[in-house]
Amino acid sequence: MSQIFKQSANAWSKASIFALVFTLLALGWAVMVLQRSDFVTSANQFIAQPVQFSHQHHVGGIGIDCRYCHTSVEVAASAGIPPTKTCINCHSQIWSDSPYLEPVRASFRNDTPLEWVRVHDLPDFVYFNHSIHVAKGVGCETCHGQVDKMPLMLQKASLQMEWCLECHRNPEQFVRPRSEVFTMGYQPASSQAEIGPALVKEYNIAGSSNLTNCSVCHR
Amino acid sequence: MRSSASIRRAALVLAAVAVLAGCRQDMHDTPRYEPFEASTFFADGRASRAYPIGTVARGQLRADDHLYTGRVNGEFAETFPFAVSHAEMARGQQRYNVYCAPCHGQIGDGNGMVVQRGLRQAATYHQDRLRGERIGYFYDVITNGFGAMQGYAEQVPVRDRWLIAAYIRALQLSQHAPLEAVRPGDRPRLDQTPEEQLAPPPTAATGH
Repeated sequence: MSQIFKQSANAWSKASIFALVFTLLALGWAVMVLQRSDFVTSANQFIAQPVQFSHQHHVGGIGIDCRYCHTSVEVAASAGIPPTKTCINCHSQIWSDSPYLEPVRASFRNDTPLEWVRVHDLPDFVYFNHSIHVAKGVGCETCHGQVDKMPLMLQKASLQMEWCLECHRNPEQFVRPRSEVFTMGYQPASSQAEIGPALVKEYNIAGSSNLTNCSVCHR
Repeated sequence: MRSSASIRRAALVLAAVAVLAGCRQDMHDTPRYEPFEASTFFADGRASRAYPIGTVARGQLRADDHLYTGRVNGEFAETFPFAVSHAEMARGQQRYNVYCAPCHGQIGDGNGMVVQRGLRQAATYHQDRLRGERIGYFYDVITNGFGAMQGYAEQVPVRDRWLIAAYIRALQLSQHAPLEAVRPGDRPRLDQTPEEQLAPPPTAATGH
């Protein structure tokens, strides 16, 4: 009676055991990479908006402060999306016949809101408040990136929990003086390792055991 | 026998995965409004609601004319409705630089960046008419606008408007200060160019 398996099957069976382990590992790795990819987090992707508004032009070019439009960033959870009236402050005169701005004028004429598409959309089970971050020395660009270099707005950070925790575990690596919160392209005067811990102390920023408490963000 | 049990088990796992996927989506986007979200419920499509016309929220009755309109007995007020501390003046400066400097410029000469980009020439605070104007007038213009300038009532809260007005007074003083107001040691710097003035004083640079 002949053998069912050839002798080479020995090698194949050993190889397949290894292959199984590596396939599972590779699969796990692929899932992890995919989970953090821009495809899943929707970071670094331009989103079509009703008006091609350029932060690069308004912030970088003209030097308008973030708060001119995002008026509630220091006092409320939401930074605030400006009403069309804020656009009209200048665009009643500047580029007042530009076809690009017709949606803005139509919105002002008809009292209908411009329907901007939310770029930073946190899951609803996360509590986030702009005012406390601004008050404790977290710069706009720390989360939003250098918007003065963005012709169209995009999400810079992954907005995933591990990204939030990066700072909530080590706030001293990210905080800046309150006077620099709205600065774009900020560079610490001396090294961050020096001023970071001092600012954490000065601003009474809670320790990482408090900041990483589940109910700080999931409440 | 055995195969049908494993098929059932696999089906159960698949169903669980499908159900869990459903959960994830719902919890990411629960049925409540986020700020500024669109609404299918309200006729105008906005989740953010305005006060019904004619209503006053508790504690928000604007009975103090001086504070809220900048007028006393119908005339522009000549005084502030509250005492302005030095720290509040600093806030006025900061608010001025955010909301006013784009057009009026950081020194109040009306040559801000937006004017340089084509907006109609903004007023300089250093003209005689505005130097002689009452403080309530500035509050009124910030609130209601003037000429090409739109009102800033939506962007700047009442108290901040007064602090900005206070800072405008400081700007006016800065451009019309008598020589005696400058400390004798600082007077030579008045002849320097702006670049020289911005450079750190030589004593600080040598560090002695």
